[in-house]
Amino acid sequence: MSTQHSKKAAAFLKNQEYTAWHDATFWGVRVGRDNMAMGLEEWEQLRQKASEIKLHTLSHLDKYLEQFAGNAAKNGVKVHWAADADEFNSIVLDILTGSGVKKMVKSKSMLTEECGMNPYLEAHGIEVVETDLGERILQLKGQAPSHIVMPAIHLSHHDVGELFEQKGISEGKGNHDPTYLTYRARLSLRKEFLSAGAGMTGANFGIASTGEIVVCTNEGNADMSTSIPKLQISAIGLEKIIPDYDSLAVFQRMLCRSGTGQPTTSYTSFFRKARCADGEFHIILVDNGRTQWLQNPAHWELLKCIRCGSCMNTCPVYRRSGGYSYSYFIPGPIGINLGMLRSPEEHQGNLSACTLCGSCQCVCPVKIDLADQIYAWRQEWPAAGKKLICSVMNAVYKNEGIYRNFTGIAHLANILPAPWLPFYLRFPRKPFHSLAHDEL
Amino acid sequence: MKVGLFIPCYVDAAFPEVGVASLRLLRYLGVDVDYPEGQTCCGQPMANAGYEKDAEPLIHKFGGLFAGYDYVVAPSVSCTAFIRMNYPRHKCRVNAVDIVEFVHDVLRPAGPLGRFPHKVSLHNSCHGVRELGLSSPSEQNIPQFNKIRDLLSLVEGIQVLEPERKDECCGFGGLFSIEESAVSRQMGCDKIRRHAATGAEFVTGPDSACLMQLSAAARRLGIDMGFKHVVEILAAGL
Repeated sequence: MSTQHSKKAAAFLKNQEYTAWHDATFWGVRVGRDNMAMGLEEWEQLRQKASEIKLHTLSHLDKYLEQFAGNAAKNGVKVHWAADADEFNSIVLDILTGSGVKKMVKSKSMLTEECGMNPYLEAHGIEVVETDLGERILQLKGQAPSHIVMPAIHLSHHDVGELFEQKGISEGKGNHDPTYLTYRARLSLRKEFLSAGAGMTGANFGIASTGEIVVCTNEGNADMSTSIPKLQISAIGLEKIIPDYDSLAVFQRMLCRSGTGQPTTSYTSFFRKARCADGEFHIILVDNGRTQWLQNPAHWELLKCIRCGSCMNTCPVYRRSGGYSYSYFIPGPIGINLGMLRSPEEHQGNLSACTLCGSCQCVCPVKIDLADQIYAWRQEWPAAGKKLICSVMNAVYKNEGIYRNFTGIAHLANILPAPWLPFYLRFPRKPFHSLAHDEL
Repeated sequence: MKVGLFIPCYVDAAFPEVGVASLRLLRYLGVDVDYPEGQTCCGQPMANAGYEKDAEPLIHKFGGLFAGYDYVVAPSVSCTAFIRMNYPRHKCRVNAVDIVEFVHDVLRPAGPLGRFPHKVSLHNSCHGVRELGLSSPSEQNIPQFNKIRDLLSLVEGIQVLEPERKDECCGFGGLFSIEESAVSRQMGCDKIRRHAATGAEFVTGPDSACLMQLSAAARRLGIDMGFKHVVEILAAGL
């Protein structure tokens, strides 16, 4: 009875020192989040409000999408609609080849990860340079993100130091000081910003009332990516649209507090139009399954997610199995769920990675019932490996006679050697139902 | 007030002393409690594994057995939570309450309960915290409370401590413990180390499944601690 996730988790756990570090690191982020949540008297009201704004927006999404696209067009932005990943990738390629761009700098975007954009563009001869430090490290290492907010957190500064030596970003050898490494990364990225023909961002929010894209970063790399090249492209999933500034004020207070335990990101950047008269700004609205998911009566509320990552940080299973144990590119409770929306056949092996402890749904800033959703998926896609044991248990429990016989002789199992008995259970000679009469 | 006692299957088979303590505690507090014959399992293990539909006959059997009771009291938070959250979907209405809730909210004893002159570390089981509301979840910014601690304060001689990460999961999770055995073991070991670090002699909690998981972890790590369900302590010496 093992699953795709459980096998990878078992391998992860072999390195106990690393496991302890991984767990403590993410628990630290959870504690940071708690400090922020406890510091705002209105925290629970904000969660409720945020959840309701998302409920409203998602149930009027057609209206808000049109409003967003209309306002963006009025700002002179070229708005594109991509039905799926392929269409998205080819729209990006067309924009870039149309302007003769050979190199694009890019700030963090899980949507481009979802669509497999980087390998697609690279196959068509366009160099894509990640500018978020974590993403850049992964790009140089040839790895995928292990977390949606802190993509390279699974690596130590020694890992990064060695990587930078190999790639010629550091000078000399042996200096793995984080400040030094950051400095070297900054110098190397500067060259990329200055020589790129286009800059791309993802989007934390799209404001329908103004047609703006809002990007939250700590490194300022979204601003660098869009302030030097004349061509800007922003990619946004349909579900990221919110009505107006008032709603943004709610989410902006929650995103970073939930995700990293900071009161706000260092940069909250608003992109409304091309930065100069001869520049271009393209926004690509990406569906890639979202309108279909919106029609799923049991699971559509998963689209409320603002990708803060707090459900991963609090998840006791994620902390002890790491992002790469999950088959979907987004791990943890939200990733288990989004993977099931994407392809249940491919990702049902993640459903085991949950004790149903419910901590995720208590931290979620938009109050998605993540654990209840996992419970529901298990009913929709029952694991074949558990069918037999469940049938046996059902048969025993349905019939008191059999049940009494079983519990009456359970103590015989005590002679089994410990490894054969899970949990070191030791059964007494008399179950409670045999004692109850004497007691009553 | 008609009160039926539900002793879940694994408590019945492996922890009969918890059933006995439940009966003694309720009767000490003046409750005329019934123990309906023929009870087995509420259906939770199968449902959590993805086979809720197959457990439907059990759910209806349970509903029939406990029809007509004002309260169905059980010494197990996860079974109680399962019944409360999921039975209504099957049009099965029973008023399931955990014994801690029942004593704390309904019986509200003011006087002393048992005597237990020991240091205990309190295990706040997930479903008690986040589904039944026995204590304020550590994730939420709401006034702090803990009904288990309130009741334990009526026990003579006891000193109640809480581990660091006071309501992190022990890693049992029913069939999770078999399917994800490596993660489950790790969670159990991490949790028992935190309980041991309080310096307590015993771990107590409202769910014997968590205690079973923790006692296995203690054995694995050579940690010498005792494990008592909350009702055993509340009823100690009564």
